Amino acid sequence: MRVTQGTFSFLPDLTDEQITKQVQYCLDNGWAVNLEYTDDPHPRNTYWDMWGHPMFDIEDAAGVMMELQSCRKAFGDRYIRMSAFDSSHGWESVKLSFLVNRPKDEPGFRLRRQEGHGRNMRYTTEPYADAKPEGERYGV
Amino acid sequence: MSYLDQLNKQSKEGRGSDSEPATEKPAVVETADEADTPTTVDLKREYEKAGVRDVLEELDRELIGLAPVKKRIRETAALLLVERARRRLGLAHETPTLHMSFTGNPGTGKTTVALKMANLLHRLGYIRKGHLVSVTRDDLVGQYIGHTAPKTKEILKKAMGGVLFIDEAYYLYRPENERDYGQEAIEILLQVMENQRDDLVVILAGYADRMDRFFESNPGFRSRIAHHIDFPDYSDNELLHIAIGMLERQNYHLTEEAKATLASYIEHRRQQPHFANARSIRNALDRARLRQANRLFEGDTGPLDAEKLSEIAAEDIAASRVFRQKPGLNAEYVHPERDEETER
Repeated sequence: MRVTQGTFSFLPDLTDEQITKQVQYCLDNGWAVNLEYTDDPHPRNTYWDMWGHPMFDIEDAAGVMMELQSCRKAFGDRYIRMSAFDSSHGWESVKLSFLVNRPKDEPGFRLRRQEGHGRNMRYTTEPYADAKPEGERYGV
Repeated sequence: MSYLDQLNKQSKEGRGSDSEPATEKPAVVETADEADTPTTVDLKREYEKAGVRDVLEELDRELIGLAPVKKRIRETAALLLVERARRRLGLAHETPTLHMSFTGNPGTGKTTVALKMANLLHRLGYIRKGHLVSVTRDDLVGQYIGHTAPKTKEILKKAMGGVLFIDEAYYLYRPENERDYGQEAIEILLQVMENQRDDLVVILAGYADRMDRFFESNPGFRSRIAHHIDFPDYSDNELLHIAIGMLERQNYHLTEEAKATLASYIEHRRQQPHFANARSIRNALDRARLRQANRLFEGDTGPLDAEKLSEIAAEDIAASRVFRQKPGLNAEYVHPERDEETER
């Protein structure tokens, strides 16, 4: 099951050339681009690990793409997302965020049902991947 | 317009979404479907249109002397212009090596020329942004194991799309300490200089003799640098013109006697150690302004007009210790209490 999230979730995965253009758009707007990675695909997982520092003071997308390549080299089997932070007054928040890398094999989610009082049912989803400990979920 | 529309539009154009028209861009993308390959190229028009003429004229106007440097830059500009035209006609595909080395004594305008060079390369479309990131050893080399690579990469990231100017580059290599981290920085630099020639131009600068030794011990650098430009020392007359220009920009002017005094100051200063061409002159002028301010303040001759406030008199320059010193004596080692100013 293909996990989607972020700005371009309805599109096929962007090519590197397209990513470069998006990054350049962010930089031209003065946003700081940063990279995060995780191997917990649950949509409510907000705790992604950051790759290096947020990249302030960068003029050209090639610098960010260089970091993306090295992040992929280290964590090519995980989800990597790129987000652009606008630090201007009044915004101070993420303006754009999209996935730039995903594991080869995405097993998807299990639906769990729990019977409560009476005929009450509680539902929850859990990724098949998180049965294994962190770091071993999308084995190489 | 939605993102989908934009993407569609981009893929139809097959080129960037940059605001420049497609023809202005260098043919960096070697796509096969370039049906619009022109058959002729008007070099003169290219020269005008790319704004190369403006940059070169600005160079001529703003920099005094440096004739051999200007000539080399002209030649380089011509080469790049022709290369660009060739690329457009499909005769060349690879980015030419643009890394340079500027050698010359201190204060001969290496940084200033590097700025102009960044502008020139940007106008010709060889670099995308045209900014200059000026660094020295301290910015690239770390203090402990594992510190150097992230530091160097950080700088490289900032310089992407522009020019990385490494001042006194020979300090990167310290042969006397075999565990020096400079070597690590050199390796990363070389790798990026080779693999990302489209993204970054590196300019190394420093004294001629030490740069030569640096290149000898790092043949990797020598082979990756195409343009070696040597900056000659300024002549006394050129330095005087530079001084006058500097003062003009700050709305000061010299009296006729002051001009003569300054000319002889330059002559004297050159004989003494630590002479740094235009930089020495700038420092001398700063001290002359200080003396002028003191003279005006202590003279206390009533109201002053703009003319008086912006005039540097001969006495402001003649008070300099340079005139009292024997040539060859090190100006740095004069006891500070005997003379509060240090000449540099």
